[in-house]
Amino acid sequence: MITWPNFLSQLFNGLALGALLALISSGLTIIYGTLGVLNLAHGAMFMLGGYAGYVAFEATGSFIVAVIAGALFVGIVGVVMERVIIRHFYGRPHEDQLLVTFGLAICFVEIVRFFFSSLSKTVPPPSLFSGITSLGVMFYPTYRLAVVGIVAVALLVLFLVLYRTRLGMIVRAGIEDSTMVDSLGINVDRVFMLVFGIGAMAAGFAGIVNAPVVSLTPDMGESILVQTFVVVVIGGVGSFPGAVLGGLIAGEIISLTSMVNPSYAYVMLFAAMTLVLMVRPHGLLGTRGRE
Amino acid sequence: MNAERLFSKLPPFLVEALTALGLIVVPFVLPYLDFAPNTVNRILVWGLFGIGFDILFGYTGLLSFGQSALYGTGGFVAAYLLTQAGFPHVITALMIGMIVAAVVGYLVGLIALRRTGIYFAMITVAIAEIFYFVEFNPLAEWTGGENGLPGVPTPSLNLGFATLNFTSGWSLYPFLAFCYFIGIVIALRIVRSPVGAVLRAIRENPLRAAAVGHNIHGYKLTAFVIAAAYAGLAGGLLGVLQAFMPPEAFTFDTSGQLVIQTAIGGRGTLFGPLLGAAVWLFLRDFLQATMGLGASWKLVLGIVFVLLVFFLRQGIIGGVRDLYRFVRGKAATPVEPKEESPVPGLTAEQEQKAAEAEVARQRAAAPMPARHPARSRLTGPILQTTGLSKHYGGLVANADINFAVKQGEVRGIIGPNGAGKTTFFKMLTCEVHPSAGKITFEGRDITGMSVTDVCQLGLTKSYQVNQLFNRLTVRENLTIAALAELRGKFRLDLLARLTKIRGLSEQVQHTLELVNLAGRADTPVSQLAYGEKRRLEVGLALASSPSLLLLDEPLAGMSPRERVETVKLLKSISQGRTMIIVDHDMASLFELAERITMLHEGRVLVEGTPDEIKRNADVQEAYLGGVHEVVHA
Repeated sequence: MITWPNFLSQLFNGLALGALLALISSGLTIIYGTLGVLNLAHGAMFMLGGYAGYVAFEATGSFIVAVIAGALFVGIVGVVMERVIIRHFYGRPHEDQLLVTFGLAICFVEIVRFFFSSLSKTVPPPSLFSGITSLGVMFYPTYRLAVVGIVAVALLVLFLVLYRTRLGMIVRAGIEDSTMVDSLGINVDRVFMLVFGIGAMAAGFAGIVNAPVVSLTPDMGESILVQTFVVVVIGGVGSFPGAVLGGLIAGEIISLTSMVNPSYAYVMLFAAMTLVLMVRPHGLLGTRGRE
Repeated sequence: MNAERLFSKLPPFLVEALTALGLIVVPFVLPYLDFAPNTVNRILVWGLFGIGFDILFGYTGLLSFGQSALYGTGGFVAAYLLTQAGFPHVITALMIGMIVAAVVGYLVGLIALRRTGIYFAMITVAIAEIFYFVEFNPLAEWTGGENGLPGVPTPSLNLGFATLNFTSGWSLYPFLAFCYFIGIVIALRIVRSPVGAVLRAIRENPLRAAAVGHNIHGYKLTAFVIAAAYAGLAGGLLGVLQAFMPPEAFTFDTSGQLVIQTAIGGRGTLFGPLLGAAVWLFLRDFLQATMGLGASWKLVLGIVFVLLVFFLRQGIIGGVRDLYRFVRGKAATPVEPKEESPVPGLTAEQEQKAAEAEVARQRAAAPMPARHPARSRLTGPILQTTGLSKHYGGLVANADINFAVKQGEVRGIIGPNGAGKTTFFKMLTCEVHPSAGKITFEGRDITGMSVTDVCQLGLTKSYQVNQLFNRLTVRENLTIAALAELRGKFRLDLLARLTKIRGLSEQVQHTLELVNLAGRADTPVSQLAYGEKRRLEVGLALASSPSLLLLDEPLAGMSPRERVETVKLLKSISQGRTMIIVDHDMASLFELAERITMLHEGRVLVEGTPDEIKRNADVQEAYLGGVHEVVHA
């Protein structure tokens, strides 16, 4: 039954999921916008972040260490992946880029499955945020509230990097017109590596922050990847504000539809995406830079 | 097994005959190679699924990660009819499943094809995921949800005198092999049809395919529906093969497996997916059972796949083909193009004179007539613009251009860099729509029309930067352009033969001779010299026999010798045709054009005969004396 408390708690769920999707999608979208590569292994990055954090948590028992380890590890994986493989694909057609990142995603998932089996793993929420909080009309898991806060901070950091640093300026310029940036004598090689690392790190960070909410499985990245795609299509490829807006919209659609009938959550998400494609083919806040 | 080229040198039906032979031989050979009959049947189903996908991905260049949606749809419709609805006839149920999948494919395609490239890939992934959830929940009553639909019957065929029952294993094989054979025969016809040619063009250069007059959206949708039909049939056969329709057919893994198999076997070959499926299933059995790797066999597969994409981008078949060419290439040294042979020590002037002398010796190809000769009696200008303007935000690219070109005239357009020539040209061909003003072509208002429609009316352009179909041969390139004129912008002659299209080979041959590329007709564009590519660029525009031809810097980047040749070429094609040429080579332009329009800062500065332009003070001013050099040269 739809009641006020129920509605509110779903609204909060939507916010938490939306914030998370916003962060992951920002990573995907800045990589695509700057490098022109759609990383199909982005969902696997999210999963890797969760597992790396899980390992760190098991070793140290500290959630903070787990979050740092998860984000850093995936950032490093991203940089290595870019150096060893992705950079050879900048000059190749989109299909090849999709194929190779798709293959890498399989490799990551299967490596994790090899070491951790298919059984799910859990990371408990930090003691500071355990339990439930009263929000007046209802009680809500404290950690989920904290997720909104943590992710909001991460998004702010990403925003500052993108809009207040030299690197961020190059990234945004690259999204608008990559050829021009190349010809301005900027060392795009190093920028590309950093962007790929930062984008992957965003997904890895989201992975470990989300770990106490859902249990970890090797193929958890797949459904996240699909949701991320919808977010990016809704928000507009290459747009950081678009990713945030799209993430929040997608999160709320999934949560609020689930309240009525969970089986229609994805149908509604898809309907929203179709609507956006009909009305604004380039996404709500998309630029025409990359096609 | 080479279905790559449009004009096959192989005897007709050879590929078909070899396929039939192969399919007949398989049950006698493969058991000795430890292939279980069920594995072989499965390979056939994947192979059939992949034929359609290869037409979409390998031929049209559209990488979909959502084929599972259509595979599942076809499979569940057929399975539902046979198990729940009490439908008795297996083959009819399979056909219905295929048709439903095609219809669903049409609807999905309408949405997914609104965007291209990675957007298309993302949208197909999302759509497929929705199908999976819909099968599981809202439609669980019909589809059995996570249980799938058990008890799918096998087909039997009543021949009157005897009834053929196909049950399982080798007994089902002939039925599946027959389906595969029919599938491949139809697919071979499709990829060799005019539609197949256009699909390749879309893969190579969608913008140019649209600019030469093909409705590329319609053709992409066609490829999507074809792929959907193959997927639907294959899905139905999966149910028959397993006597059970599994919900896993709808998962992302299904789409992923199809993509991987096609990439492993070789895209754009039709047989690649079959080979890829064989490799996949063999690897799985071998690594899982023989090597005892269990579930981690997929890790090996993932690594193999990444390496393959890295080093062997055209898959196994592509690799074998390259190896074959390499070996043959060593045996017979290819004839080098003797395009560039500048004698050292000659000045540009001397070289140009020598070139002129040689060009004069060459036989001039007869000019190709422009289409609609009847309309050449049309009075008034063939092209007219009134008040044409284009703003980009606050930037004014063109302002209030009034411009008219007479029937049969050759008009030159000059102007310094940034004068708005290219924007003006783009507006004339409707690549860019004006902010204000009107364009009429042959008395018809074409403002706001699409590039494709305008090209179909007989107005086309050769580009400043070559826009060719790079992996196709010269002949194939011109064929694609000529097809647009001969068939209109969209026609579903999926099973027609290219060779049967009236006037096609003549028109292509004529264009080849006109642009002096007859000797290089079967060379891929990527192997042409720059000057040859430039001539092909003009040829692409010419092959659709336009009545008004726009040429955007046809002489840019050419050597003196090439310039002389090209000017001669342009002169010959200008007979009976109206042309507008933008170029910076004043000497050539003054020689070619009857009248010259000069643009400056987005406006028409002056217009007149070459002599008037040469003497005009404003022109000299605008070019800051740049004209003098040319005039005295």
